[in-house]
Amino acid sequence: MTALLRSRYAVGIGFLVAAVLLFAVAPALLTTFRLGLLGKYLCYAMVAVGIGLAWGRGGMLTLGQGVFFGIGAYLMAMHLKLADAGPGGVPDFMALISSDGVPGWWEPFRSGAVTIVAILVLPTLLATLLGLATFRRRVRGAYFAILSQALAAAFAILLIGNPTATGGSTGLNNFKGFFGFSLRDPANRQMLYFIAAGVLLLMVFVAWRLMVSRFGELLVACRDAEERVRFLGYDPATIKTVAFAVAGMMAGIGGALFVPIVGIISPNDVGVVPSIGLLIGVAIGGRTTLAGPVLGAIAVAWAETTLSEQFPSGWTYAQGLLFMLVVAFLPGGLASLVSWRRRRSDTADPTAGADPEPAPAEVLAPAEGRTT
Amino acid sequence: MDILVTQVFNGLSVGSILLLAALGLALTFGQMGVINMAHGEFMMAGAYTAYVCQQVLGDAGLSLLVSLPVSFVVGGLLGVLLEVTLLRRMYHRPLDTLLVTWGVSLILQQLARDLFGTAGVDVPAPGWLSGPVEILGFSFPRSRLFILVLAIVAVVAVTLLLKLTPLGRRIRATVQNRQLAESAGISTRRTDMLTFFLGSGLAGVAGVALTLMGSISSNLGTSYIVDAFLVVIIGGIGQIKGAVIAAFVLGVAQSWIEYSTSASIAKVIVFALVVAFLQFRPQGIFQVRTRSLV
Amino acid sequence: MNKDYLELSGLTVSFDGFVAVDGVDLTVLQGDLRFLIGPNGAGKTTLIDAVSGLVSATGRAEFAGEDLLGRKVHQIARRGVGRTFQTATVFEELSVLQNLDIAAGAGRSPWTLLRKRSGVPEAVTEAMETVGLADLRDTKAGILAHGQKQWLEIGMLLVQDARLLMLDEPVAGMSAEEKDETGRLLRRICVDRTVVVVEHDMDFMRSFAKSVTVLHAGKVLSEGTVAEVQADPKVQEVYLGPGQHSAEEAAIVLGEGV
Repeated sequence: MTALLRSRYAVGIGFLVAAVLLFAVAPALLTTFRLGLLGKYLCYAMVAVGIGLAWGRGGMLTLGQGVFFGIGAYLMAMHLKLADAGPGGVPDFMALISSDGVPGWWEPFRSGAVTIVAILVLPTLLATLLGLATFRRRVRGAYFAILSQALAAAFAILLIGNPTATGGSTGLNNFKGFFGFSLRDPANRQMLYFIAAGVLLLMVFVAWRLMVSRFGELLVACRDAEERVRFLGYDPATIKTVAFAVAGMMAGIGGALFVPIVGIISPNDVGVVPSIGLLIGVAIGGRTTLAGPVLGAIAVAWAETTLSEQFPSGWTYAQGLLFMLVVAFLPGGLASLVSWRRRRSDTADPTAGADPEPAPAEVLAPAEGRTT
Repeated sequence: MDILVTQVFNGLSVGSILLLAALGLALTFGQMGVINMAHGEFMMAGAYTAYVCQQVLGDAGLSLLVSLPVSFVVGGLLGVLLEVTLLRRMYHRPLDTLLVTWGVSLILQQLARDLFGTAGVDVPAPGWLSGPVEILGFSFPRSRLFILVLAIVAVVAVTLLLKLTPLGRRIRATVQNRQLAESAGISTRRTDMLTFFLGSGLAGVAGVALTLMGSISSNLGTSYIVDAFLVVIIGGIGQIKGAVIAAFVLGVAQSWIEYSTSASIAKVIVFALVVAFLQFRPQGIFQVRTRSLV
Repeated sequence: MNKDYLELSGLTVSFDGFVAVDGVDLTVLQGDLRFLIGPNGAGKTTLIDAVSGLVSATGRAEFAGEDLLGRKVHQIARRGVGRTFQTATVFEELSVLQNLDIAAGAGRSPWTLLRKRSGVPEAVTEAMETVGLADLRDTKAGILAHGQKQWLEIGMLLVQDARLLMLDEPVAGMSAEEKDETGRLLRRICVDRTVVVVEHDMDFMRSFAKSVTVLHAGKVLSEGTVAEVQADPKVQEVYLGPGQHSAEEAAIVLGEGV
């Protein structure tokens, strides 16, 4: 896989094929509605790129990406609601629930520029803080996973508990325009799709550059033997925090684009369940690879739409089975099947395809008294 | 004063439920390293077992007493099934057990919705557990006192079992050094299975207790699982006494903060407090210092 | 005198009341190849754990005039202190070259880190030659033979530019030739460095040690050249049990030349 990543040629062709598919083939074949759905999947794929980096390369199993996704999404939604608001500048849902007017902390987001900066900065900042608070104290593995999940739970409860400010459990919806462009116009909706496709390709490019950089090698080193990295004079906390912050930023951007494309954001999209749901695509595609998380996330989102249209409860069973079977029996994801043939012909490499996780003791303990 | 007593009691009551939920996790997560996300659904299964018992037996008091052991066995068998089919092959990659068991929990929840419907069902408490009881001029709900007592009994039973019985010794030996335990003639496979039976059985018992708190539905487990894991983390891995303290501290803190702010803010504050606590004691209240645990 | 030397005074480590290292005084000069020996539980590994910052300790542990105690592991590493572990710990998913390149780069700027490596740093090429892994530069470290992993670890210490090297049982599990190879390597690299080796292998110790410290129950029992230590009655007592011992008996356990 590493060899594949390092070959500029292979990656270049991959990008070219992806660009043709996203910018030429898909718009030609799909209706506006289906293209919108694809746009939604692309937003999930953006989160998946970040998860691939944090979890696949860095070993940080984050169950809280919904939080960063949600912050990006709610910031965008707040701006759109304020921009849509009629006389008095109070969004429709607020005027319905209470007469207090717009909360003070909403006000800055009347400005589009402030909103965009906030979307880029706030999720990244929160991820950085959480990363520093945990990784510096060597809280990792299961501890980190559960903390990130607790954060997702708290975030969803916070949103539901404040209906006047966040729309409560219905969330924010019914957006009319996007930075001055009407969302009713199919041409503008197509433009949104193109933006999402472009942003996703850019993110994959960034992830690729990170993976092949020295930083990327260090990140894998931290995943497999954090203690050893420390004895070489690096602070693993910094390395992991950077990767986690990038993942948070990507999730935030994905959330922000999700809002105008899908037209609604609610606690159902950001809580514990959707946060873990984002992982399955990454696991299926191949968590340590570049393209695996993206393709896996798109495929899973597509399957969810298709299956739950026909069998509402069937999808939950299917999702449950996917988690059980893929993670238990195919930890490398589908990518490990693809690279299997290459491996056979290449070198007899007994460790490739072995699971990329550290030993149990390593995972469980944020230990201080450990020699290896 | 009244408010103080009421809040502390509420906290202890919440804590006792967390403790019942976390006790089983302290065994499966703490002793075996498996992150069982389906633990909450095993609680749900215990609660629905209590419901079925009451439908079959009719009498609320009798069915409650019957359902405690029956739910223990139901939870335990679910756990053994999970251990034998999936988890056994995954002990070398504990983080992945989280995702696999998450899949199991999704399926169990959907199964519950398909079997019992999406609306919640009620399991009325027997007469001798309804209403309050007066102690020193304060009135406490009997059902909550029952849960508190149940939690204490469970803790004592598990502690004695680990300390005094051959099974307990085998469990502790396997946790401390799997290979050595094997070469000393302990079947670690059987020990793993029994540990999982015990831990998951406790989830079943916790489920019965939850029927006394209100109606039960398929998402019963999800509302407790995160907090239960936090209890184990705060308590320190593999530490029963740590889990006890953590459960009650978390319970009291949560109900106190909820009382002084709101339920939604309380969750965020509690999360921040947990992260802050881990800055000082990243290994929980009780940490074992050793030279090396390679 | 060169100030690159290790000086421990009153170094003490205790775990919940159990004292693993008990007031050790120890000085190792640059150019020395010091072997730490002693029965199991003597505190050898704990001692280097303490110096490298893995466990907290009291007393003083100075290297190059700076106290190391109380600093974080990575800060100590940046002061030129490197170590290996009983079980070779290399980054299994990365190639030999990548392993060495990471070891060489603790001082790199963030900007350098975020770019792809262009060319191989000279120190890395040199280290690959020194430890004899140049032909395997693109092999994943995970599939190296046991001895090769140990050499890779030593190579990582070299490119890390560690001036104090602490090796924990570097020849455990090696064949006789590999041991000789490793011993000669250690003799080469100790010329301008301070090297401490924890080892149980008495033959290896006898062939390559420049000086020896014997630890027992957390304390220094004896110190000197190989011959001096072997002749020390206290050492014989610890290894052979109390009482008088013939030269033959001592020779069997502690090696020839007593």
